[in-house]
Amino acid sequence: MSEIAKKKDPLFGPRDMKLIKTPFSKENPIIVQVLGICSALAVTVKLQPAVVMALSVTVVIMMSNVIISLLRNTIPPRIRIIVQLVIVSFLVIIVDQVLRAFVYDASKQLSVYVGLIITNCIVMGRLEAFAMSNKPWPSLMDGLGNGLGYGIILIIIGFVRELFGSGTLWDIRIMPEGYIPNGLMVMPAMALILLGIIIWIHRSRNKDLLEKE
Amino acid sequence: MNFVEKFFEQTRPKVAKGQKLHWLASTFEAFESFSFVSNKTAKAKGAHFRDAIDSKRAIIVVVIALIPALLFGMYNVGWQHFHSLKDVAMPGFWTIFWYGFLRVLPMIIVSYVVGLFIEFMFAQIRNEEVNEGYLVTGLLIPMICPPTTPLWQLGLAVVFGTLIGKEVFGGTGMNFMNPALVARAFLFFAYPSHMSGDMVWIYDMPEGVTGPTPLGEMLAGAAMPAASVCDMICGFIPGSVGETSLIAILLGAFILLVTGIASWRIMLSIFCGGALMGIIFNLIGANDYMNMPFYYHFLLGGFAFGAVFMATDPVTAAHTNCGKYIYGFLIGIMAVLIRVVNPAYPEGMMLAILLMNVFAPLIDYYVVDANVRRRKKRLVAATNNK
Repeated sequence: MSEIAKKKDPLFGPRDMKLIKTPFSKENPIIVQVLGICSALAVTVKLQPAVVMALSVTVVIMMSNVIISLLRNTIPPRIRIIVQLVIVSFLVIIVDQVLRAFVYDASKQLSVYVGLIITNCIVMGRLEAFAMSNKPWPSLMDGLGNGLGYGIILIIIGFVRELFGSGTLWDIRIMPEGYIPNGLMVMPAMALILLGIIIWIHRSRNKDLLEKE
Repeated sequence: MNFVEKFFEQTRPKVAKGQKLHWLASTFEAFESFSFVSNKTAKAKGAHFRDAIDSKRAIIVVVIALIPALLFGMYNVGWQHFHSLKDVAMPGFWTIFWYGFLRVLPMIIVSYVVGLFIEFMFAQIRNEEVNEGYLVTGLLIPMICPPTTPLWQLGLAVVFGTLIGKEVFGGTGMNFMNPALVARAFLFFAYPSHMSGDMVWIYDMPEGVTGPTPLGEMLAGAAMPAASVCDMICGFIPGSVGETSLIAILLGAFILLVTGIASWRIMLSIFCGGALMGIIFNLIGANDYMNMPFYYHFLLGGFAFGAVFMATDPVTAAHTNCGKYIYGFLIGIMAVLIRVVNPAYPEGMMLAILLMNVFAPLIDYYVVDANVRRRKKRLVAATNNK
């Protein structure tokens, strides 16, 4: 059985690559599905917490996707949400502890937002939409793709906000001495505006995403 | 003017559809209709009636209405500067005016050049005619900034205001927030140390002198503004370039109201709302700021300027007559409320107008909805009586 499946879809073959690639652009969780906005606004003041958050969410989505996919035939449909929540929160607690142990500063900056990964719609969305009806390996790939698609937007916003809001990147001074930091960049409002600009550019390049009049 | 006409005649075929320079068609059209009377006629089909007041004329009237406040603003920039030099005698009228003129003119040039560049670029990309709307926005932005605003910050704010405040939504007429105020809000939040405090309102101040606006003084806990009522009405107080003189602003308001460009309903209701909130604070009277006579709010800061020139922008204001009263009334209330109660914002007019810009479509929706329901009820009553 597994032999046939492997022949059909080689490791990282076209199907896997499609699962990883589509969330980057056409099905990006943030700029197309508009999920996970809250954390995208809250943790992107600096680049470092944005990267840590992106990695944490990627790990949580991948692991929870695999676990739910393994359990998908045994979970009674009526209580599936609570089962998913238990698994996600278990993973989030592990991630939180790992962050505290190894990158304490970043963990402090992220504060409650690591815990709030539980409520991140992207995680629940992937579990419901993909992991509940697919095998573990594709689920893993789907989780990876969506986590990175979420992460890339976070990193773009974090990059712009830290560069212009603080004049630094990864806490290293980039801008010349006389640079006056832009106070608006540090505010969450600017993150939303940057997000809007990214969506604007993305939609004008992908006309098929535009709503029909 | 013959050679200009010749130039246009020669260039016209080059920008026609399919030609090499077609991508400059919008720019060509803009400069041609700027220089000459348009030779476009109505199409053979459809209505031939045209209102004499098209957007071009409405825009020019607003620009003319802004001129008194602008000229006085230039004079005041110079006057404040020489006034702050305590040991120098006040020079003659023209010296003062020339000093302010040389300061304000670069701000206007930067605002127009940067803003019109974006405007032309987007018209070109969208293949539309260049719209005149920016002529007002571009003049408003320098007038609502402190005279010490660095020019690069002004340019950045213009980019932000026209892009995020207007072009994102489809250009002039499609925006739901006043682009000039969006630019001002950008400056206020991005560079707060250059936009508020005691040091920014007088250009080239000598060291050791502070020049807070009367609103700043009140917020700092003064019992009464230092300037006399007469000075505040005439406008000899520190402040943004165009906002200080009530007389010049009322002159502009007169022009706008006589020509019917701006809505008297909005202006009237803003002053009513401000007065009501001021009187309420007078009655509460918990501190010196609340005890300040309510009509002072009209004389200080950007209240009058915002009420006359910013809130009445026909694109972003409410459209129904009843909605205009509500819209203006709430702006007046919010502006005074933010001024007196919120210590973070000395001036509430900008935030009040932006907030009500966002709510204007909602107000209109409920006004229209109420009208529909009232008429339905009337219809039901009429049919029942039969």
